[in-house]
Amino acid sequence: MQLIECPNCGKREEIEFHYGGQAHIAYPEDPAATTDHEWSDYLFFRDNPKGPFAERWYHGGGCRRWFNAVRDTTSYRFLAVYQPGERMPALPGTRVTR
Amino acid sequence: MTARRLPTGGSIDRGAPLAFRWAGTDLTGYQGDTLASALLGAGIDTIGSSVRLGRPRGITSAGTEESTALVQIEKPFPEPMLPATTVELAEGLAARGITGQGRLADRDDPARYDARHAHADLLVVGAGPAGLTAALAAARTGERVILADDDIRVGGSLLDYGETVEGVPGEQWAAGVLAELASLPNVRVLVRTTVFGIYDDGFVLAVEHRSDHLGAAARPGRSRERIWRIRTTTTVIATGGYERPIAFANNDLPGVMLASAAHTYLHRYAVLAGESVVLFTTNSTAYGAARALVAAGARLTIVDTRPEIPAGLDSGCRNLGIEVVTGHHVVTALGTDRVHGVTIAPRRAGGPHVAGASATIDCDLLLVSGGWNPVLHLFSQARGTLAFDERLQAFVAASEVRGFELAGLAAAESAGYDPADPFAFALHPVEGVWSIPLPADGDAGGSDTRFVDVQRDVTVSEILRATGAGLRSMEHVKRYTTLGTALDQGKTSGLLGSGVVAQELGISVAELGTTTFRPPFSPVGFAALAGADRGELYDPIRVTAIHPWHLAHGAEFENVGQWKRPWYYPLPGESLDEAVLRESIAARTMVACMDGSTLGKIDVRGADAAAFLDLLYTNLMSSLKVGSIRYGVMCGPDGMVKDDGTVIRLAEERFLVTTTTGNAAAILDWMEEWLQTEWPDLRVFAASVTEQWVTIPVVGPLSRAVVQQLAPGVDASAAAFPFMATRDAVIAGVDGRIDRISFSGELAFELNVPAWYGQAVWEAVIAAGEQHGITPYGTETMHVLRAEKGYPIIGQDTDGTLSPHDLGLGWAVSKKKPDFIGKRSFARAENTRPDRRHFVGLLPVDPEESIPEGAQIIASREVTIPMPMLGHVTSGYRSAALGSHFALALISAGRDRMGERLFAWSEGRVIAVTVTDSVLLDKEGTRRDG
Amino acid sequence: MLDTTPGTAPGAALPDHPDFLWRNPDPKKVYDVVIVGGGGHGIATAYYLASRYGITNVAVLEKGWLAGGNMARNTTIIRSNYLWDESSGIYEHSLKMWEGLEEDLGYPLLFSQRGVLNLAHSLQDVRDSKRRVNANVLNGVDAEWVDADGVKELCPIVNISPDVRYPVLGATYQPRAGIAKHDYVAWGYARAASALGVDLIQNCEVTGLDVRGGRVVGVQTNRGTIAAGKVALAAAGHSSVVAGFAGIRLPLQSHPLQALVSELLEPVHPTVVMSNAVHVYVSQAHKGELVMGAGVDSYNGFGQRGAFHIIERQMSAAIELFPVFARAHLLRTWGGIVDVTPDASPIVSLTDVSGLYLNCGWGTGGFKATPGVGDTFAATIANDAPHPLVAAFTLDRFRTGALVDEHGAAAVAH
Repeated sequence: MQLIECPNCGKREEIEFHYGGQAHIAYPEDPAATTDHEWSDYLFFRDNPKGPFAERWYHGGGCRRWFNAVRDTTSYRFLAVYQPGERMPALPGTRVTR
Repeated sequence: MTARRLPTGGSIDRGAPLAFRWAGTDLTGYQGDTLASALLGAGIDTIGSSVRLGRPRGITSAGTEESTALVQIEKPFPEPMLPATTVELAEGLAARGITGQGRLADRDDPARYDARHAHADLLVVGAGPAGLTAALAAARTGERVILADDDIRVGGSLLDYGETVEGVPGEQWAAGVLAELASLPNVRVLVRTTVFGIYDDGFVLAVEHRSDHLGAAARPGRSRERIWRIRTTTTVIATGGYERPIAFANNDLPGVMLASAAHTYLHRYAVLAGESVVLFTTNSTAYGAARALVAAGARLTIVDTRPEIPAGLDSGCRNLGIEVVTGHHVVTALGTDRVHGVTIAPRRAGGPHVAGASATIDCDLLLVSGGWNPVLHLFSQARGTLAFDERLQAFVAASEVRGFELAGLAAAESAGYDPADPFAFALHPVEGVWSIPLPADGDAGGSDTRFVDVQRDVTVSEILRATGAGLRSMEHVKRYTTLGTALDQGKTSGLLGSGVVAQELGISVAELGTTTFRPPFSPVGFAALAGADRGELYDPIRVTAIHPWHLAHGAEFENVGQWKRPWYYPLPGESLDEAVLRESIAARTMVACMDGSTLGKIDVRGADAAAFLDLLYTNLMSSLKVGSIRYGVMCGPDGMVKDDGTVIRLAEERFLVTTTTGNAAAILDWMEEWLQTEWPDLRVFAASVTEQWVTIPVVGPLSRAVVQQLAPGVDASAAAFPFMATRDAVIAGVDGRIDRISFSGELAFELNVPAWYGQAVWEAVIAAGEQHGITPYGTETMHVLRAEKGYPIIGQDTDGTLSPHDLGLGWAVSKKKPDFIGKRSFARAENTRPDRRHFVGLLPVDPEESIPEGAQIIASREVTIPMPMLGHVTSGYRSAALGSHFALALISAGRDRMGERLFAWSEGRVIAVTVTDSVLLDKEGTRRDG
Repeated sequence: MLDTTPGTAPGAALPDHPDFLWRNPDPKKVYDVVIVGGGGHGIATAYYLASRYGITNVAVLEKGWLAGGNMARNTTIIRSNYLWDESSGIYEHSLKMWEGLEEDLGYPLLFSQRGVLNLAHSLQDVRDSKRRVNANVLNGVDAEWVDADGVKELCPIVNISPDVRYPVLGATYQPRAGIAKHDYVAWGYARAASALGVDLIQNCEVTGLDVRGGRVVGVQTNRGTIAAGKVALAAAGHSSVVAGFAGIRLPLQSHPLQALVSELLEPVHPTVVMSNAVHVYVSQAHKGELVMGAGVDSYNGFGQRGAFHIIERQMSAAIELFPVFARAHLLRTWGGIVDVTPDASPIVSLTDVSGLYLNCGWGTGGFKATPGVGDTFAATIANDAPHPLVAAFTLDRFRTGALVDEHGAAAVAH
């Protein structure tokens, strides 16, 4: 069980958190204007990299706040945590998404 | 006579004899014995038989690496398959040897189990000289230290071999360190505690064995085993090494033992494992055992694979009268039931092949030392990499792992442990001898008896068959032969197997690599892992404030998520169907009430609350007037119905949202997700108030009278208090709120009061309704009442693949709003197909015939497989109001099939049904105002 | 063959593997078909390409050791009682193939049709279960509903007391379902494929896909470039990465899934029991060990390991259902990587790149589908057109919305 650093509460046990999938997937500005392809991208298509991945986490068992994290999906190590709305921090060897 | 207990010596407590039973025979051991040492002390060294070949199995080691002495515990409670070397002797223990399989008890385990959390700066695994030193050094600096060892006391190898540290006997030195550690408040010493798993971020799991050794003296209620969940900054792994066997013919016979084990049995348990001993070794470490056994009176011959041995050893042996035969192999252990001798043969220098004639030596104990493997299981679990060390002929740590340190010989030396004595237990260069060629004269009989994995009966030949079959990976060889898959998980056989394969393929062990070490380090009981999370504590039970009343009035309960909800309230002798019929008649003709408190309730407030709800719900919520209520549907972005409920506008910027019971937490999370991650600019706060309010729907044509009596301050007339309105009210003297909501189609009032007063108000409702025949009803009747009105239940009538339009809730989908969650998906081609499943009603052609839930809908009575299915029955009940059974169903193009004759098929029954509107009762809504 | 030596544990022996399994060739320069991923699906597909379509110039490229991914890590449950027509179609096809597979491959697979019970613990479970049983029967899949007493009869150690936290209310039962020995299955296919000329190439990691003019022409590997007429991906949890080489984005998320075994025990558990509500699935394998699956870890992960609280929860659930397991011992845990699609159904599909085929997204269903996938994926590759039984499982369905939603339908996973 990992220790996850909630940006609001500090390090807490993994069981207090919910996983929220890939971060930086914005709800389309005007869904009605999207093509079926664009809309299905939003609905179903997420990156699935081996390595650093910008993700959303929810500290449901604590402050009940969502936050973003960059985590390595191979080592499971958290490389950075940051607030929703903030840009993904530049980390050595990682590709910044949006 | 083979093994025997010596009259003096050892660290057993001879003043504390323990009676135990072995395979039906009463025996005695001592406090401080393991089952294995007690058996050896009693002259028993054959334990069981092997899993595949039925060959006899003895005792090989003195610890967790044991590969042969597997026992079944019979008393005090049956426990399958434990190594006798790890079972602490206790009064009344009964056990027997096994053949490969253990046996589970046929009754429930009465023992208790629990778990504790602990935090440490330093966790030291292994309380030998290195571990003790590391623990003490850290403890003196004030760090929080946990020292864990699976033995019954600290000391590690010092308990086994009697080495000295700082000039004093090892046991005495260890006791001194323990005394200092015990005096420090920042130290926790855990014995009988096996660290078995290393996870991320310093999370380490250990199991403490707490009561078996106490026997009947254990305090009642004391947990038998405890899982320690340790979070540590640094872990020191000081787990020592395992001595390695060698694969020669008949190396599995009882009486063949690791050299270090014989040393341990002698020094620690005062058990001489044999009188006439041959030691077969590839290295110098085993000479200490030889010296000790000779000192205890054994006759001993050493067969060393090395052409020459260090001069000090040579002369030392001569002085002790030990004959050393260098440059030889033991080729075969002789014997059928147990070893009675060996054949040896000279070997070519540095080569594996026997050259020349063999000789025979009689013995009753054959000791083996093929070198040592550092115990790196935990380091490997922590994803440390291993590399093959040619000098030691073993895998050693080859990487740094954050938060881990390895402590071995160097740490022990720095503590004053003296390995200069050539007899001392220290790591000398080891020759890589893995398997010995089969004897030319066929002494071992027809088949290969050079066992690599003794527990799985895997021989050298089988491994060679695997490589011959084309296998090049150790993982494949393991799977082909089952090598390393037994209870010991290859602790001593794994590397031996690698050595044999590497030798055969002509590559180095380094190149071949080893298989993966996985948790647990040694077996852990299921019940220990389950801990206290069993029975009622398996999952929390949620009950409402009125629960005691329900219990007292004989309610049957239904599990809805974690909630216990009254399902129905049977009168004495009444069946479910009879009770539901009675309850629903009361609701339709008189008055009835239910406990609706489990309904999810979320307080949503803020300047943008209305705008937020407009995004969340398919309907327009911002137009809702203060004091009014609107039914609403929520979809996921995929346009599929997620939940439904009511939205009550309590004030301009404050709403109370209700959700289905099962979805309450999920919907609150859903709101937070959108608010925090997508629309953080919206000024909205959402909070669960589910448990703050008790909700009591009072339902039926006579409900107004009851409510009026309970809340005289509110004008409950249809004109003053219209449907879908809310009013603050004093209800039975309690400040609360009344909502004109109906989930039954009847005139209904939902009373909401703070949960604290819930039961009192409920009792007031029952009292006020008594004259009107008020009847409490449960979830089953609620389902019938709502089904007669065609109201879907999310999760029962839906399955995540239905849009509001499919459910006939298109009226609740706003056409005005530019967007809401799910809207875009309605426009996808798939969502507009005319053959989508629609929510409809079904009436049986024969009103007396029930329509089972889960029935599939087909177009004809005649079934041919595969039979096309048009949909299925989601809800099916008998309706008192309709005088008929009826059902709700999802049927392809169902709304275009009104009046059509279809068939419901369930478990071979075929029921003719007619498709109807989903609203079967009072479609005009005449009953809702009473 | 099975050992019957007196004094040995009944059933504790496994049948021997053959003396020869497969060649270890170096990769050739060109193949008609290159299959990326030497797991069960990849090898089975190669076998059927060779045996049914005469396409023998085939390479299976495996980055590690053959069948060392999920094929070596799953809990070997085989069943076909899925809800939707499309799902039960492919799984039932597979089950029928299982029933003749030992003979076809000439390999002992320890295929044991001991039946699978899917327990119901709530009234909604009962409704969902009956719905699925009825759909199964009408689709020609053997299935029945049994009540709690029926569960007890089939598996006497299940606790059916009404006083437990989540009582057993009944179960669906598929008698033809069961288990097999995973390595034997993989190796049976591998031996047969190798004998037909298929090159099984281990330690060969694909690092790129060569696409020219909208057509795949080969693969790049750590052992050099290999030209190919067609390339088929069967890389399970790693599919996203490999498909990405051709610019194809997949709606997959890869999660850790853990499993565990106990020591060898005398027979106590005659069937297979699965419970979604309390997250247990357990069988007792041929040798006597209890084989159990745990829940999926929530986050994406390629580490082939998960968190221990999942295992602890699993143990609690197991003892709730099987109180006699209390003193069994956890011997070994491990993790696999399951690739999960949004609708929990697989993707077996042509792609926008000509000659490039996808097979992925099997989640927890991959092992049981092995023969069926091998057959239908081979057909899809050979004919460059979807086999009818997998035609619904296109990648395109996530664009149109024509999902086969086994999540939403509350069908049991695994």
